[in-house]
Formats: sequence, C-alpha cells, structure tokens
Amino acid sequence: MLGYLLNSALSLFPADIISTVEFNYSGELLATGDKGGRVVIFQHEQESKNRPHLRGEYNVYSTFQSHEPEFDYLKSLEIEEKINKIRWLPQQNAAHFLLSTNDKTIKLWKISERDKRAEGYNLKDEDGRLRDPFRITSLRVPVLMPMDLMVEASPRRIFANAHTYHINSISVNSDHETYLSADDLRINLWHLEITDRSFNIVDIKPANMEELTEVITAAECHPHQCNVFVYSSSKGTIRLCDMRAAALCDRHSKFFEEPEDPSSRSFFSEIISSISDVKFSHSGRYMMTRDYLSVKVWDLNMENRPVETYQVHEYLRSKLCSLYENDCIFDKFECCWNGSDSAIMTGSYNNFFRMFDRNTRRDITLEASRESSKPRATLKPRKVSTGGKRKKDEISVDSLDFNKKILHTAWHPKDNVIAVAATNNLYIFQDKIN
Amino acid sequence: MFPKGTKRKFSDSGEEPVPSGEQGQPAPSAAARTLSSSYSLQRQSLLDMSLIKLQLCHMLVEPNLCRSVLIANTVRQIQEEMTQDGTWQIMTQALAAAQCPADRLVATEVLCRQTDMAAQAGQSPKPFSVVGLEEGYHSEEVVMDGDGDTEVTMSTLSTVSPQLSSASYLPGPFGMGPCWEEEEEEGECEEDEEEDSEECVSEGEEADRDHLTGDSRTGEQVFGTFEIKHPAPPPDPALEELFSDVDASYYDLDTVLTGMQSAPKMGPYDLLESLSSHGPTALSSSTSCRSDLNELDHIMEIIVGS
Repeated sequence: MLGYLLNSALSLFPADIISTVEFNYSGELLATGDKGGRVVIFQHEQESKNRPHLRGEYNVYSTFQSHEPEFDYLKSLEIEEKINKIRWLPQQNAAHFLLSTNDKTIKLWKISERDKRAEGYNLKDEDGRLRDPFRITSLRVPVLMPMDLMVEASPRRIFANAHTYHINSISVNSDHETYLSADDLRINLWHLEITDRSFNIVDIKPANMEELTEVITAAECHPHQCNVFVYSSSKGTIRLCDMRAAALCDRHSKFFEEPEDPSSRSFFSEIISSISDVKFSHSGRYMMTRDYLSVKVWDLNMENRPVETYQVHEYLRSKLCSLYENDCIFDKFECCWNGSDSAIMTGSYNNFFRMFDRNTRRDITLEASRESSKPRATLKPRKVSTGGKRKKDEISVDSLDFNKKILHTAWHPKDNVIAVAATNNLYIFQDKIN
Repeated sequence: MFPKGTKRKFSDSGEEPVPSGEQGQPAPSAAARTLSSSYSLQRQSLLDMSLIKLQLCHMLVEPNLCRSVLIANTVRQIQEEMTQDGTWQIMTQALAAAQCPADRLVATEVLCRQTDMAAQAGQSPKPFSVVGLEEGYHSEEVVMDGDGDTEVTMSTLSTVSPQLSSASYLPGPFGMGPCWEEEEEEGECEEDEEEDSEECVSEGEEADRDHLTGDSRTGEQVFGTFEIKHPAPPPDPALEELFSDVDASYYDLDTVLTGMQSAPKMGPYDLLESLSSHGPTALSSSTSCRSDLNELDHIMEIIVGS
C-alpha cells in the first residue's frame, strides 16, 4: 500500500458535524455538507513549484447555506437541515452543478465563477442617478474588466414534497437527465428539469405498517447502464432492478444475499447485517456493500454470495451488546472505491479508517487526527490489539473512542487523494510522491 | 466508551450479570430450566433495553425509522424465542401475580387499546409489531403479545390481564401516540368521545368498562385501576421487585424518571415515577397533568377540526 501523508486539514466551524463528502467527476472540487445545512466546496490548487512533493492543496472555494431547518406543523416535528448527501452532476459548461438533499427536499445548485465585470456604462450620472434617456447622445459599449474572483451559488431547482420518509440516498443517472432519490420505503425517479413531479419506482411500504420489518437503506444508479439501479435493505439484501422491465420496480431482476452463518447467529445478527452503503465500482462490474462489521464486494453476475469480504473491525463482534446499548451499532458507515477499483476504503471508530487493496489483499488502518497528522510525515499505520497482550503502539479495544467515528470518506476519481471527515474536521491525505 | 456512571448490565466478557430480580416467578418449567440462567437473564435485559430504546424516541425530530425497525425486530426475535421455550408464559404469569399495584403500570399500554377491542378479542394474537410507525408518528407505542394471553408494557414488562389479546393499537389519524395524556396513574384524564379511536380508557368510567371489553374480569382489572384514588398507597414490595430489574442506569433512567413528572408524553415513566415516589408528588403531578391534558386536547381539536 502506498504511504499516505497529510495534504490539508480543514476545520470547519466547530459546531457543525460533517455529514457528507463527495469529489466531483474530475476531482478538482470536493464538496462537504454538514449538520447545519451548509455546503462547503473546496478546490484543488495548482501544484506549487516550491513544494513539489505536495500535490496542490485544497482550499475553500465556495460556501453556501443549502437547507434551512423547517417545521412540519401537521406532524409537530422538526425537519432537520442536515445535508444527508451531495452528488455532483457531470460538468457540461463552465458552471458546476450539484444535488444536495436533507431528509425531505433535494436541491440543484449551480456554482459559477465571475471574474469579470462590465464597466463603462453611460447610463448614470457621476452621482449615480439615472440619466434621462433623451440626454444620452452617444452609444458607449461597456468593456469587460477583470475583477476579483467571485464564486456564486444559486439554487436552480427545488425538488420537494415527494418523500414521506427520510431521504437516505440520491444518485445521478448515467443519462445525465434523471436521478433517483430513496427514502426508507420508497424510491423516486426525477428528471432534472422537472420539479413538480417524480415517478415512484420502488415502494416497499406494507399495507399495514404494523407488518413493517425491512427498510431501504441505500440506492445507486449503475454507472453506465441508465436503466439499472440497486437498493440495499436493513436485512442485508441488495436488489438490482431494471427500469425497462416495469414502471414499478417492486420486483427485482437480481437479488443479492449471503446466506447466514448459523454458528454466528445472535440477537444482533440482523442489525449488523443491515447495509449502510452500496457503491458500484467505476467499471460497473462490481458493487460494494458496507454492513456494521465488514465490507463486501459483489460480482453483479453472482447473487448468492460476495466475491470478497473484508473485516473492518471484527474485534467489535464481542462488544455488540454494549454497542447496542450506546446506539453505536446503528452507525451508518460509508465506503468508497478508488479510481481504478483496485482499492476500497471505509471508516471505523477512534478516528480510524481502513483501506483494503483488492489485489494484494493487504489492508491498513490509519488515523485521522491532528496529533497523528504531522505535515509531510507519512501516516503511521495503527493497530487494535485483540488478544490479551497489547503490544507497544497498539490500542486496546476498550480504549477506543466510540464518539470519534469516521462515517464519511471519499476517494479522488483519478489520483490517490482521499478525503476523510472526522466529526467536524476534514482531512485530505495524498500518497507519497517520490 | 460508555456514558459516565453507566453500569453495564449486560456482560460482554462473560461475567455473571446482576440478577434481575424476577423473584416473583414461580418455579420454572423444565423447558425454562434447561436454559442457562445467565443466558435468560441476558436475554431479559436485552429485551428491557430494547423496549426502553423504542420508548426514548420521543424527540423533536422524527425518529429514525431504520433504527426503530431493527430494534422492533430484535424484540420480536426475543419474544419468539421466549415463547418457544416457555419463559414468556412464566414471566407474564409472574407479573400477573403481582396484580394490584401492577395494574397501575398497565395503564400505559392498556390505555392504548382500541375501543373495539372486544371485537378483536376473537383474533389470534398478533406478534409484536412496532406500531405507530405510521407516517407522521409522533410517539411509539410498544405492545407485545405473548402466545395468546399476555400483554407486556414498555419497560416495566408488567402484564395486563391475560384476556386482553391482539393488542396492537392503531395510531390515530395523525399518528399521534394514543394516550400519553392519560398515563398519569391517578391523574384525571379527560374523556373525549370523538377521539376514542386513538384515545384510550378514561378513568373511572363505569360505562367504558363494559363498552371496551367483553371480558368483565379484564375490564375490572384494567379499568379498576383508573379510578382516582388519593393518596397513592404506600409502595408495594412486590412492585419494588418488579422494578428492580429495570436498570436505572440505562440511559440515565434516573433523570428520565425524575424529570418526567410533568411531561405526559413519557407515559410509562410517569407511572414508574409516581409509583416510586408517592403522596404529595402524585397529587401535584395530576395537576400538571391536567393542564397538559387540556393543551393536548386543544391541539387535537384543532387538528381534527372539531
């Protein structure tokens, strides 16, 4: 595995916890959403000639308030402004577009630069008053003059009132015209231009809510086949659906489930099998799922078991009851592929995150924290001691800080640059360049 | 890893857990005896924990549906297992044995009966379901059915009369919790006729007893508890034992219990609180309950448009 070192450490406003992280298609921009409804976009600076060992840093490019808290008067409940997901649209012109969503409403934002302004109008007097048109005798064409770069974010579409339950996923389709949004029980298909209606393509709400035993936990469009999408459930299953088959995709085309190991069955088996994230590989041949203790890679052509399973923090298996007690067992970790699909990454506790090389089967545990991230110093691999004897530099399971959880990570689509959200801090690491 | 001061009830490392004080149990059946007591104690505390978790979802923000469903499935699993090895019957019978003061506890969950439960009496008991997950649900009612007979409420695991079956309540039109305002054990609860689809028993209503259930013994057991009696009787030793297995360290239940005096929404905890501290506090709680009841009724009227 490559050694990784710190590129940038960015502390957002202390009060706000980062709730989503996403690179755009080129990797030039990195968007984060937080619990306060704000979106902060970072831009990759050009490499500096003075510091060739560092790829360019990421600096703040734009900040805007995407969602505000709302109150549902009918149900007497607050609607959180927390940004659950951000997804970039492929870039088609100079402006950048992204979708951001909270529990109920999705918004399309346009982020554009302005670095010129028109000057030389002769429509106003020196004191600023509009001149009487009859007194203007010459035609003067304004000239574009450079100005300080201004980045503007404006909401272009608001897709509201389509979800009764909490939205957990959005995914842009490969046709670049449609996208899907998924809540606990339903998945809707939208057209990016149309905000007043959407198609419901999956509905697993039972007629009698008392019979509800399973919810949708994540959904994603296939990266190349615009008619295919998958959604995962709280029972550890994944369904692949083909939108050409029927208008309502309640019947899946493929059903992925690994048979349960009867010897490890416990009261917590179902909870830890609940899938918290599903991601297609860039190639479109595989998909990856994250459940509480492991990451699994599935071949889309094989439904009965994953082709690879990676243990993220197996040492927690004996602590499941305590983790149930303090609710940590319900934490939803995300996972991501690198650009070439040769490696995968996911987070853990104590600000640890894990990377797995699919080819060499090697894995590494790294920590995202100020103390362990010295500038230009390679991150030291961490290890959790599972046996009785704790070696030097190892940390015991009981010393782990379960409040420091890394739920959101992102991998640059081309380079070995990763973004790791540790509560309210964003760490960007890069591989060593020799 | 754990909140300060939290006592870990459920042993992860295999230590013997604190006995959960089910002294009221009769001699276990052979089936129950085959289970190791450690396992069954652990399972019991997991059940308690799960029920508490479902109850603590009364937040300003709509609770996480996925989490609720997973917890409910866990409870169902435990219930099924306990039903299979017979411990379910034992537990609920034992709790039924401590009838008189326990009837106060049933208030919460009995109150959440539908008024036409007589009609449902013929139904086979439904397995545990997380009702109240209807859209817009505001509070969750956890009702469990045993195999045929038993009702279990919230965290207290007290039982209603065995005759009350098919207990899942239906949420009201807006998914509001059925009867939080009526869960003061001796507070006077206003009966609101229009709302009887979601509201529960009004106290001391003779007519309701017959109306609400076809089983007179049931009715008496259930509704007899709701007559306003002041002051509250002194604590019953059996009752203390009932609560001894509810580990107050879970989620700082102490603060929950003591803090919930005037919040009618936290029904079960109101009951627990007033049962453990009686006399003057009970009287004052009924006053605050009354004003909160008025407020809730007022809100309901606005919503229902009556």
